This record gives sequence, C-alpha cells and structure tokens, in this order.
Amino acid sequence: MLKKIRIIISLLIFSLLTFYFLDFAGILPMRFHALAHIQFIPAWLSHNIIIMLFLIILALLFGRIYCSFICPLGTFMSLFPCSISKVSKPAFTKLRWLILAITLVLFFSGFTVVLGILDPYSAYGRIAVHVFKPVYLFANNILASIFNNFGNYTFYKVEIVMLSVFSFIVALLTFVAIGVLAWKKGRFYCNTICPVGTIFGFINKFSLFKIRIDNGKCTSCGICAKKCKASCIDVKAKTIDYSKCVNCFSCINNCSRKGLSFAMKSKEKELEKEEKVDKSKRKFVLTSLATTVAVPAVFASHPVPGAISQRGASAQRKIAISPPGSVSAERLLKHCTSCHLCIAKCPSKVLKPAFMEYGIGGMMMPMMHFERGFCNYDCITCSSVCPNHALLPLTKKQKHGLQVGKVIFIPEICVVHTNGTSCGACSEHCPTQAVKMVPYKNGLTIPVIDTDICVGCGGCEFICPVRPHRAIYIEGNKIHKKAKAFAVEETEEKEITDFGF
Amino acid sequence: MENKNYYFHNMDRRGFLKTLAVVGAAFTLKMKGGMAVFAQTITDQMENPADLVAVMGGEPDAMFQKAIEEMGGMSRFVKSGQKVVVKPNIGWDKVPELAANTNPVLVGEIIRQCFAAGAKEVVVFDNTCDNWKKCYANSGIEAAAKAAGAKMMPGHEKSYYRSVPLPQGKSQKNARIHQAILDCDVWINVPVLKHHSGANMSIAMKNLMGIIWNRMIFHVKNLQQSIADICTLDKKPVLNIVDAYRVLKTNGPRGKSKEDVVTPKALFVSQDMVAVDTAAAKFFNQIREMPLEHVKHLAHGEEMKIGTMDIDNLNVKRIRM
Repeated sequence: MLKKIRIIISLLIFSLLTFYFLDFAGILPMRFHALAHIQFIPAWLSHNIIIMLFLIILALLFGRIYCSFICPLGTFMSLFPCSISKVSKPAFTKLRWLILAITLVLFFSGFTVVLGILDPYSAYGRIAVHVFKPVYLFANNILASIFNNFGNYTFYKVEIVMLSVFSFIVALLTFVAIGVLAWKKGRFYCNTICPVGTIFGFINKFSLFKIRIDNGKCTSCGICAKKCKASCIDVKAKTIDYSKCVNCFSCINNCSRKGLSFAMKSKEKELEKEEKVDKSKRKFVLTSLATTVAVPAVFASHPVPGAISQRGASAQRKIAISPPGSVSAERLLKHCTSCHLCIAKCPSKVLKPAFMEYGIGGMMMPMMHFERGFCNYDCITCSSVCPNHALLPLTKKQKHGLQVGKVIFIPEICVVHTNGTSCGACSEHCPTQAVKMVPYKNGLTIPVIDTDICVGCGGCEFICPVRPHRAIYIEGNKIHKKAKAFAVEETEEKEITDFGF
Repeated sequence: MENKNYYFHNMDRRGFLKTLAVVGAAFTLKMKGGMAVFAQTITDQMENPADLVAVMGGEPDAMFQKAIEEMGGMSRFVKSGQKVVVKPNIGWDKVPELAANTNPVLVGEIIRQCFAAGAKEVVVFDNTCDNWKKCYANSGIEAAAKAAGAKMMPGHEKSYYRSVPLPQGKSQKNARIHQAILDCDVWINVPVLKHHSGANMSIAMKNLMGIIWNRMIFHVKNLQQSIADICTLDKKPVLNIVDAYRVLKTNGPRGKSKEDVVTPKALFVSQDMVAVDTAAAKFFNQIREMPLEHVKHLAHGEEMKIGTMDIDNLNVKRIRM
C-alpha cells in the first residue's frame, strides 16, 4: 500500500517535471515550475523558508520522503533494474560527510559548481535538457514531417542544437553514472554522494515514523534485505540503518509475515545499530562545519569571489551577459546550480550554458548569446521559472527598465557605409530605438545609438548581416543597470481626408 | 417527369443537344451566381474592373468588401477548388493596436471571401522576426484565421523553404521560398502599410521578404534592389491588399509605443505590386514626408517591369465610406 502510494506520487512528480523540461510547445502551463521550486536545494538557495520547513518537517515526521517521492533523480534511479548484492553493507559515513563538507565549503566560498553537479534535481535537469530533449525533439520532428505532409500543422519542426558540448558531456556522464550505479549499486548515489541524501539521511534517524522490524514476527528470512535497494537492512541483527533507508517501502511490501511496519514506535525496544555515539565521526562533522565557516572568511579577503573572467561569448564581447534577473554574473554564480530550466524554457533560444565565459566558477551557468535569437522584449520566462532565484522574478515593466548589456556600433564596417546600400536590420529589431536610423547620404539611413535606453536584448547583434565581426553587438554589464525609459514623441494626429494621389 | 418525357418524345437529335446546351449554360450561370458574394455587381465590374482600388473611412472588413467588389469580385482571382495562401505581415510580437502586423479583421475577411469563391484550402504564414508562436498569437491573426477556417502554417524552420532561381534578379539570383507559396494555386499578399527604418517603406513588395528564408543576404547585397529581385518571382500574388487602417508612421517596422501609430482607416488593392505600393507611399506621404525616390525598390521594380509607378494612367477607383 505504502509502496503503491510512493510509486504513484513519485511517478506523477517525475513525469510532470520531465515533461515540463521537454515541453517546448507550452502544453503544460507555465506555473508547473512549482515542481522545481519544491526541490530541496532550490528551496534553500532561493530562501524559500516555507518549502524548507515543509521538507524538513516532512522528514522529521516520515523520514526521507523527499528522496523517494519528490527528488526526480531518485525516481529516475528506481526506473532502472537493480542487481545489487543482497547483503547489508556499512555506510561510507565518513566519505559521505566529507563530500557534503567539501560541497558546502566550496559553496560558501563562492564556488557553486560542485553543488550544481551533485544536487540531484539540477543533475536530473541537465539530463532532461541535454540527453532526453534532443530525443524528444527528434521524435517530434518525425511526427511533424508526417503530419505536415498531410497538410496538418498541429506538429511543427524544431531545430535540434547542441547548446554546449561541455554541458552535454557532463549530463551524459551523469546519466550513465546514475544508471550504472542504480543498476549495480542500488542507492549508492543517494547514500554516499548526494549532499541532499546525506542531510536527509541524518534527519531520518530522528524521524517519528520509521520502518521498524517486529522482532517477534521476523524470522530473519532475508527477503526484505534482498528487495532493499539501499541495502540498509541487517537481517541477522534485525536492524535498519536509517541513514541509508530511503523509505521505498519495498521491504514492507515483500515481507510475508508482516514483520515490518511503518510506525511510530516498535513494539519491543529497538536494537539501534548506531546507539553508541561515534566520537570520531562527531569530531569530523564539527571540524567540517568549522572549516565551512572559516574558509569563506579567507576567500572573502579576495575582492571578487568566484572571479569573473574577462573572456566573453564572442570574439567581440569582453564581458559575458548574464540573464535578466541575475543582477550580476557574480550573484548568478552564487545562486545557480545549472539545472538549465531557464535554458529549456527560453522561447527565443537566447540562453545557453557558459563554458569559461564566467570563469571556472560559472561553468554550465546560463548566459545570453545572440547566435540563434534575441531576447524578446516582453518575455519574462527565464526569471519566472528559475527555482533558485538565481534569476529573480521580474515583471514585464521591470524588465523593460533593465539593461543587461549595452549596444556598441562600429560604423566603419556597417553595410550602409561599406556598400552604400540600405540595411537598417538592427534598428528594425530594436524595441526601444536605442539603435535609430538617421539620414546618411543619397537618401540612405545609418544607425546611431543611444546606450542609455538600450536594454541589451541583442536584436541588433542577432540580425546584423556583417561577418566575421558584426557591425553592432552587445557588451555585457558586469552589474545590470537601469535602462532609461525611451522618449515618446507626442504628435497630434492630423486628419487625412485625401488619398494623396 | 411528365414534362421531360414530353420533350424527349418531340425532339430530334439536334434539338435535344441544343436544349441540353441551353439548360447546361443556364445551370452553370445559376451556380456561379449562387457562389459569388456580390452577384449583382460582378456582371457590371467584369466589363471594366479597376486596376487599383483605394478605400477610406470604413472598418477593415467593410472596406475590403467594397474594394473586392470594384476589382470584379474574389472569384476573379480565386477559383473553385484552389489551394490559396494568404500572406499577411506577422513579423512582430505586437498586438493589433500597435500596427506592426496586418489587421486580423482584414485577414479574416479575406479568408472568408476566398472560401466563398470556392477555395478548397486557405493557408496563412509568415517568416516572423520575433518568436513565431508569439507573433501568430499576439497579432490576433492566428485566432482570426482559424475562425475563418484557414490553417496557420509554421515558417520558422529552414526545412519549410525550397531554393528557387530568380533569373531576372540583379542582386539575388535565387531565394529560398516557403513551400506554401510554391505549392499553392494562388496567393494573396496582405501587407500593412508602415514606415521602415531600412527600406523607408514596408508595403507589398517588402512583404515578400516574409516568404523567403535567407533574408540576411538581402541586407548585405543591396536591400532595395533585392526587394525588387524577389518580386520578379514567377509566381506573383494574384492580389495585393494593403492594410492602412492603422499605420506605423515612425520607428517602423516594429514601432516602440502606441504614439507611433495613426489611424487613417484606408485600404488599397491592386494586382500590381508596384502600383499599389506607389499609391500607398503617396498616401503615407500625407502623414509624414516620404519622397518616392527614397523608396528605391519602387523604381527598381518599375525598371524590372514588375509593375508601374505611373498610377495616374491606371483605372483607379476611389471610394469613401
């Protein structure tokens, strides 16, 4: 019964979240990004106290419900067949806490990439975007060509692009590693590597409801241990290692003698495996926490934590452009775990994972580029969906007044100057007329720029036909600025009563 | 039945054939009359249809009804069973009030008239500048087209376009044209009249940049000549319907706010792209100065015999509503 509930809820969350990542056509309503907001690391990074409290109280009451019900990577692992050796193995407790400590130390010192790689939600997000999505788009394109041939345009073709080789490789490696680990080692990832798993494993020990063995009914037949993917049941000692138990409830389901139950207290006094306090472990944890606090102080003496590289996205750009709502690349680097939901949802193909443009501390984090599109003036999708609030939510009005970068025009290589012919593609795409065409010669017009009212959408850079270097491009703002409101030319409408010919 | 038998009995072979021919002709006429929307005027206008119709002062759909009447009715251009493409300007993610796209009410009315003339299928598309889904939705054209029974076709992917030679082209020797245009029987060009920062005016000829894929090269290789080049395409629109209900007078082709828009409530229709553009540009000149020599693609178009700028020598109908 409990296992059924777990399977239904976890599959529902998992499939909806996966589809939300894949869904380029907007079939699922935008508000389904709530499924990302209820994830633990995003809730923590976005300071969502309500969700944090909810998840922690849930854990204190019922154990690792997050790991078995909500975490998409956890559910993903349960889709793999498991051929784990059926014996309870000691937990790699020290390794586990060491990984958590290193992750936290690096995070607090401004290096979020490791947390981003290990966070199960973000890791799954990248798998969805870089591994599953191309397959989904490919299938869509096949459907589209069949339907389009019959004059039906319900489906339409979508370009399949590898946004970033590095992120693709990381996602693919995660995918393979997770698959192999789930198959060979059960819940090894959850119980050794995953920082969230370590935290919830710890809380699990104190939770009110636990899976408990009824010593009277248990005959130590070992079926439960065979079915346990976390290999946390010691059949002989009739104990469960709660730091490893992920509440999958398979054991309860498979025990023919009803020797296991999910209950508040066992009938007999439990033989807790780890009753005696492990002093060395406690010392280790305390040391880790101390360094966690101390190291950032050391790093803080450097002026720019998570140093932002001066290398840009293109040969021309010196400062990479961080997405709207990020405030600055520096802030983005402290909050983003590279789940790539913003990239998956951007309708204008203007976001892609950075390689070294933000420096090593910003690898895989989203940056704007204008090779495939430009930022839609009225669109606030990326900042709305970001579960970490690495991109703070913006209203349309706030976005209109935001300058992520500003325009630079090189008149010497502009088509109007070099060829003496009309163009104006840049000004055509400019939503604020920060790029404006003014009379040049022979009835031609040439751009002039007003950087104060430029929002940095990249329309001009995207459409400029000059190569290899463009005659107009956007230079990133290290810290986003306010774009001045453009002037509105109030002209009275004169009545037209004649055709004019 | 009885009557019929009577005729058959009292008729020789020649008489029978004669009767058959007369009945057949009568039947055909009746069918045609029944299908045309303005049966009354068709017969008058067929004799002397206008080359160019300019209408002013009505709603978009009502102005179009008047104009097509003067042009001899839609059935002059769209025949029964044909596959029709209606190509508006849907370039921008803007609502109709901001006049960056063709008026959706007009598009809907054109589609209805195509079906009334017997069109088998009407397809609407544009190669948009902003995200195509947002453009289709926020322009109001998707809803209007679907309500009138047309299909919206995507134009955002290279694979929807096929390369076609332009033997008469000067700057452009070929272009990738949207398959909807290449595969249809007839197509109707429905631009909106607006200021254009690069080409100075965006009207019927400029609207053809929405049927091609590789338009970046147009900007590199002499934009004004390239616009004329694409208009040398063999398969020209059977009708050019210029929406000037709302006009973007400044900061076109996109516009930045409602202050860029005026509402002169006009419409121009012609089979001749150059003529209709000349008329519309002259009309625009009253809103804001726009010398025809600045709209160079008009002169290029006339030079390449796409149409005429000499609209004074055309049969022009002017209608005020």
